[in-house]
Amino acid sequence: MEKFIDIVDLEFSYEETDGGRKINILDGVNLEIKQGEFLTILGHNGSGKSTLAKHLNAMLTPTAGDVFVRGINTKDSSRLYDIRSTVGLVFQNPDNQIVASIVEDDVAFGPENLGIAPEEIRARVDDALRAVDMYDCRKDAIYNLSGGQKQRVAIAGIIAMRPSCLVLDEPTAMLDPVGREEVMRVIKKLNKECGITIVLITHYMDEATDSDRIVVMSKGKIARIGAPLSIFSDVDFLKKCQLSIPQSVELLQKLKAHGANVPSFALNETECVDVLAQCFSVNAIRR
Amino acid sequence: MLSNIALGRFFPGNSLVHRLDPRVKIVLVVVLLVTVFLANNYLALLTNLAAIFVFMAFAKVSFKNYFKNMKVILFIVVFTSVLNIFYAKGPLLFQIGPVAITKGGFDNSVFVACRLVMLILISSLLTFTTSPTDLTDALERILKPLSVFKIKTHELAMMMAIALRFIPTLLEETDKIIDAQKARGADMESGNALKRIKALVPILVPLLVASFRRAFDLALAMECRCYNGGDGRTKMKVLHICSNDVLAIFAVVAVFLLVLWSNFWALAVHL
Repeated sequence: MEKFIDIVDLEFSYEETDGGRKINILDGVNLEIKQGEFLTILGHNGSGKSTLAKHLNAMLTPTAGDVFVRGINTKDSSRLYDIRSTVGLVFQNPDNQIVASIVEDDVAFGPENLGIAPEEIRARVDDALRAVDMYDCRKDAIYNLSGGQKQRVAIAGIIAMRPSCLVLDEPTAMLDPVGREEVMRVIKKLNKECGITIVLITHYMDEATDSDRIVVMSKGKIARIGAPLSIFSDVDFLKKCQLSIPQSVELLQKLKAHGANVPSFALNETECVDVLAQCFSVNAIRR
Repeated sequence: MLSNIALGRFFPGNSLVHRLDPRVKIVLVVVLLVTVFLANNYLALLTNLAAIFVFMAFAKVSFKNYFKNMKVILFIVVFTSVLNIFYAKGPLLFQIGPVAITKGGFDNSVFVACRLVMLILISSLLTFTTSPTDLTDALERILKPLSVFKIKTHELAMMMAIALRFIPTLLEETDKIIDAQKARGADMESGNALKRIKALVPILVPLLVASFRRAFDLALAMECRCYNGGDGRTKMKVLHICSNDVLAIFAVVAVFLLVLWSNFWALAVHL
């Protein structure tokens, strides 16, 4: 089977404007993204994760190495719009990616650019807005929406181009907890129900726990690829990459350090609560 | 504070005026604006004003919003009408000390004030009932013939759409920056005019920097959504003129003719 997104020996560097010194942002990245998976990219500030995201839909092209999307090299500028409508990119600040003043007009922007027939655009816009649970607000003005709603509109704007992959560059960084939850719910729904491949870049560890695979970036290189379980249970490694530890893991680690008899790992809050409840009820019976 | 300004704002609705074809609406607004300047006697002025109020009633947008818009230019209205009082000749109406008010001056000031108010009402009517997207979309279509002269109509319309989209965002940002500078001890309420203007610098500079950053982000996002100018672009909304539009055209033409007629009538009475 054809590989969906294939990154081969990707290097990206630029020369400093004054010194002429070459700065390597990405330094030999090899990664294959499978159709339909939920991939999270973690990394400290400046680890090159956003730059990597911009390579996935040809916003940037590699200095060395190649990126293939469905077999199309991103350096092939004649296929630029094929690539960009296959891999959609959502940015951090929802305000800065919304072009039109009215929700449905903004969602229509992408399909309009692709030159699709009006009735088809209408259908796509409605579908996209339903997918992010914003259909009831389709006639609303953008400035009346909350941050979470705006980010969902931005996601709908990309979804309306019917991409098979959605790359989200810290989509929740500027949102309040309620907005973060809304956006994460929508992202997971798109992955599970619509089968859209998700590449989520985040620095909230708790958002990464539900993904299929996690890629940890450090200094322009991939430090490790693995399932959430294997990444988050290695606390020393996380510390080395200057990443924080998910709260559930941290709690269990601290309990353990104080001599409590608990397992060292739980992926999320509910699992953590279950694990703790189990442990303590067993301990209570023993006593 | 700043977000109270209703200038250029759109109030979603489903009234007769809202549902008009935006192209027709723009052309009719232009005709109405011309009519305002054609009216040169009190009857014509009254007819014009009455017609505008009827259109406003049809739009079903709270009258409060129109007055909010008016407040912004109230100063200009008062200033120009006061100035106009003195710049005319004619029979003397009354005199207070050295200030002489003539009939011509008085008429002038009333006309100028009424015209300015009507201009605001008419343009508010357009922006209140037409979404910015529809507005710019319609402008693009109206200006389309100009592309023969290599004028980039799509780019113009796009720039306008983005400008309108970012007005509330930038106002919000300005408020935030003002608060932030106040928290750092900036004094904006006291001092003479020069001092207050100087106090604006620490607000305008970050605002400018921030809007450049926004522009850069937006350009990236637009590229990601396959934007490549107006060529090969389609539109979700297809515009077509229906019976309501024809009725509106008749109504505006009627107003236009009425005003013209009252102009002639006034001329005839004078003779």
